[in-house]
Amino acid sequence: MASERASALPAARHRPGSARLWLLGLYPLFLIALLVLLVLRFGPLGVFEAAFPPVEDLTITRVRLTPGQFQVHVTNGGADPVTIAQVLVDEAYWEHTVTPGRTIPRLGSATITIPYPWVEGEAHEIVLVTATGLTFSHTVDVAALSPQPTRAFLVTFTLLGVYVGVLPVFLGVLWFPFLRALGRRWIHFFLALTAGLLVFLGVDALAEALEAAAALPTAYHGTALVAVGTLGTMMLLVAVGRLTARRGPRPLVVAYLIALGIGLHNLGEGLAIGAAFTLGEVALGAFLVIGFMLHNTTEGLGIVAPLARTPPGMGHLVLLGLVAGVPTILGVWLGGFTYSPVLAALFLALGAGAIFQVVYEIARLMASDAAEGLATALNAAGFVAGLVIMYVTGLLVAV
Amino acid sequence: MAEAPHTPHTTERAPARLSRRGFLASAAGLLGGTGLLALGARLPGAGRVPPAASAAAGGPHPYPPEAAPLGAPPGHTTAGHGLGTVGDVDVRRMGFDPSTYLTRFDWGRARPLGGGRALREFQLVAYDREIEIAPGVVFPAWTFNGTVPGPTLRAREGDRVRVKFINAGTHPHNIHFHGIHTARMDGVPGIGAGQLPPGQSTLYEFDAEPFGLHLYHCHALPLKRHIHKGLYGVFIIDPARGRPPARELVLVMNAFDTNFDGENEVYAVNTVAFHYMRHPIRVRRGELVRIYLVNFTEFDPINSFHIHANFFHVYRTGTRLRTDEFTDTIMLAQGERAILEVRFPYLGRYMFHAHVSEFTELGWMGFFEVTDDGV
Repeated sequence: MASERASALPAARHRPGSARLWLLGLYPLFLIALLVLLVLRFGPLGVFEAAFPPVEDLTITRVRLTPGQFQVHVTNGGADPVTIAQVLVDEAYWEHTVTPGRTIPRLGSATITIPYPWVEGEAHEIVLVTATGLTFSHTVDVAALSPQPTRAFLVTFTLLGVYVGVLPVFLGVLWFPFLRALGRRWIHFFLALTAGLLVFLGVDALAEALEAAAALPTAYHGTALVAVGTLGTMMLLVAVGRLTARRGPRPLVVAYLIALGIGLHNLGEGLAIGAAFTLGEVALGAFLVIGFMLHNTTEGLGIVAPLARTPPGMGHLVLLGLVAGVPTILGVWLGGFTYSPVLAALFLALGAGAIFQVVYEIARLMASDAAEGLATALNAAGFVAGLVIMYVTGLLVAV
Repeated sequence: MAEAPHTPHTTERAPARLSRRGFLASAAGLLGGTGLLALGARLPGAGRVPPAASAAAGGPHPYPPEAAPLGAPPGHTTAGHGLGTVGDVDVRRMGFDPSTYLTRFDWGRARPLGGGRALREFQLVAYDREIEIAPGVVFPAWTFNGTVPGPTLRAREGDRVRVKFINAGTHPHNIHFHGIHTARMDGVPGIGAGQLPPGQSTLYEFDAEPFGLHLYHCHALPLKRHIHKGLYGVFIIDPARGRPPARELVLVMNAFDTNFDGENEVYAVNTVAFHYMRHPIRVRRGELVRIYLVNFTEFDPINSFHIHANFFHVYRTGTRLRTDEFTDTIMLAQGERAILEVRFPYLGRYMFHAHVSEFTELGWMGFFEVTDDGV
């Protein structure tokens, strides 16, 4: 209707038409605001008023152990405020303080400090009793001192990040001279292999993101958060890719996008690593670290594969490796010192989105370069090989 | 048995399980175990004892734990002896004070019947009421006359007892008395008055026999819920010639399933967890103290009672005047009861609690305060 009127009056189209368009676009919002005000003022006319308060929904997001003390971080994901009345540790009522206060507003958080002689290496159960008598429990599976941001821990976490993220990526980058010596068909094979690796990583990141999202308070809508993070990143990077390379994908841009995607993925990975370290989820086995290094080395190969035909400078190679690898260190720090399932879910989702977008870019790169099309037997073999390599090396690190 | 207070809202460990990242463990193992990075020895947690574990040298235990007001400022601690609830129950708001319940006996409205007998008329009204069973923890109870336990009814052997029962609650209720009486007065579903729907009333009438320590409770179905929601009380029948004068105290061992998972989260004597830790029961040195001890704990088959540093005589069910046992710990099954007689020879604070450590730490513990004046 609006467009009909506008086209019928071409002279007046711009100014009154745009004001009218704004009005048409905004008046439903005004009505919604009015409705919200009415409901807030007069209530929902009793229709939705239940006889009993909604079921409370507290989530214990993190428990820190300091000498002779637990620090319990809790978030209220329910519809109404929740009051923490008492605290049980190992089936005994225990003294504690709650900051900022016992009543936690919707989506609010509180920290409960419990002086308690916890026993190193043993399990402890913490139960919060709310004013209505509901209980929310959390088990510290293996009690151990939580890392403090001390120099020793900083060094430990940094080295952990270097081992897991930076070194393997750079080892993978060392395949660059080998790739350069290959013919086009085999370069395409390795590009397809890279796509396979990345699809595996993307699926893995998505699964991990959804797993982390499941631990979030329900009000955060973890699954939706992951969807927004993944799809939003994909769209953002598609737009960025278009701006930087209007005439088809440029290999260096694709390489940087791959590095960025892997970097985000590694950041999320680092978060989980740091958190697991903090939780004392320690199952010994040095070969697993080696397995993990093998697993992540392929990430480096993926970064340099698009560059085989157009070699960049040494500086670019180093920078690419850093972009992909260094976020792991950052992730381990964050995860170790202040683990947050929200951050973990978000970064893993961003990583998944970035990786899927990169797969799309690789496909475009190959398509623009190949006369015979993408679907060659060699490319298919490369793609499957990428998946299989990830799967097999992944077996080494699955616990 | 009361294990951990489980809940449908049990949260998972914060980060989801690691798959690919489970390697971390291994990484820690590598770092710490092989000395690859020479950091293992410095990893926090390695062979360190939490200071509080050895903090017992910090002076006498400050029992009861200092009653901190709700929302106490951060940093409030009691030197690591932190067992107990935080805060105190507002007994006025609840309309029930465990300290006065101890010695409050309802003899009913008495009319002599001749021959030393009396007709005693009582009234019990069942209604719903929220009670505070631990500081800040509200329990939606079903009560007799607004309290849990209901009033302690008392009569003499051979008295005629007439109890008017009014159901002002929201569910069918009735009263089942322990004692010897006719089937019609037994207060069970389908016999006599049966279960009374809300708004109805009836009379229970019987002779008080045998003498001893008895109880009354709702016997509507489902039984477990009607009892653990709070519909119970103590019924004492004194022997015709009475018992020796003594300071008499009623102690009801009870417990509450606050999240309705079939296990108790709060244990107590006389309803409020740790109440007598904060408000010790005061007795005079050397006087005879008679404890009417009743076990109304639901869900757990047994409960027990233990006094520190003193021994007591046991009169099981109170139906004999001769002592059964001289001990400091007694176990009672659900619905069992015993009269305990004790004299405290020394001044000071003496703890009493269930000798089931779990119940103790979930609220069932208290103090006797022995003084020279007993007030």
